[in-house]
Amino acid sequence: MSDSFLPQKDEIRRRLEGRYVGAVPHNQALGLRVVDYRPEHLSLALPYRVDLVGNPETEVLHGGCITSLIDATCGGAVIMSLAAPRRIATLDLRIDYVRPALPHQEVICGAHCYKVTKHVAFVRAKAHHGDKANPIATASGTFVIFPDEGRRTEDGVPK
Amino acid sequence: MRLRDAVVELRQTGDFTSLQEAIPYARFMGIGGELVDGEVIGRMRYSDHLVGNANVPALHGGTLGALMESTAIFKLLWHGETTAIPKTINITVEYLRGARPQDVFARAEFTRRGRRVANVRVFAYQDDPDSPVAVATAHFLLVQD
Repeated sequence: MSDSFLPQKDEIRRRLEGRYVGAVPHNQALGLRVVDYRPEHLSLALPYRVDLVGNPETEVLHGGCITSLIDATCGGAVIMSLAAPRRIATLDLRIDYVRPALPHQEVICGAHCYKVTKHVAFVRAKAHHGDKANPIATASGTFVIFPDEGRRTEDGVPK
Repeated sequence: MRLRDAVVELRQTGDFTSLQEAIPYARFMGIGGELVDGEVIGRMRYSDHLVGNANVPALHGGTLGALMESTAIFKLLWHGETTAIPKTINITVEYLRGARPQDVFARAEFTRRGRRVANVRVFAYQDDPDSPVAVATAHFLLVQD
């Protein structure tokens, strides 16, 4: 694998995984992992697991865990686009299921943060089984960027 | 129990227990349904693995989407005539405020329920039903048996 020539890339991947998966309990519970990254782009994979199945007859993963995968990947792509660390929150996320997911296969989400303004970031994403040209879901999301890392409203939750 | 048998049982008894037991992801997430004054209410029981931001702390946005999609499906199955699970065409989730690390509830409304497609609005809330933490609009393809 080309990774053996690029030890730094593995190291960066490990750090990103710490940030996007290790530090986020639900992403860790889903077993997400970093597949690829570059400025403004992030790809995360959701491994197939029987306890994440939505319909035991088809053995396909539940839409809910695909929503979590897409939300996590889009948020990560926003972080990849920011010059400095900031707290962000999802404003909205739309997911279109363009074809049925297949059983026993991991789902990969690739997200691209195509525009960042002072307060808002815009992201598009596709979820697929390995072939980007044949997605199972397409998505678009917007995120709010908070002014300072760690700043809170008086009741401790983002507005 | 098979999923279809669980749907039949739900329609006979109004009890969602067998349905949520038949859906592995619902068990993993602690998502269930109940009838409250004749209305389907979805519930996601808090557990630490649902957290998205441990610093705030707040629940992961994806988990709210999962609860709302599940609640819409529960309501479609409760009111439907077929035992096949509706297929999600799309879902749009709007996040209104941070969800605290506690149980989340959801209530669904049919905007339109046709023969093939159902349009559903879902509201997720914690302490106050009039102050939702997230709302969703979803379309489902109703599969014939």
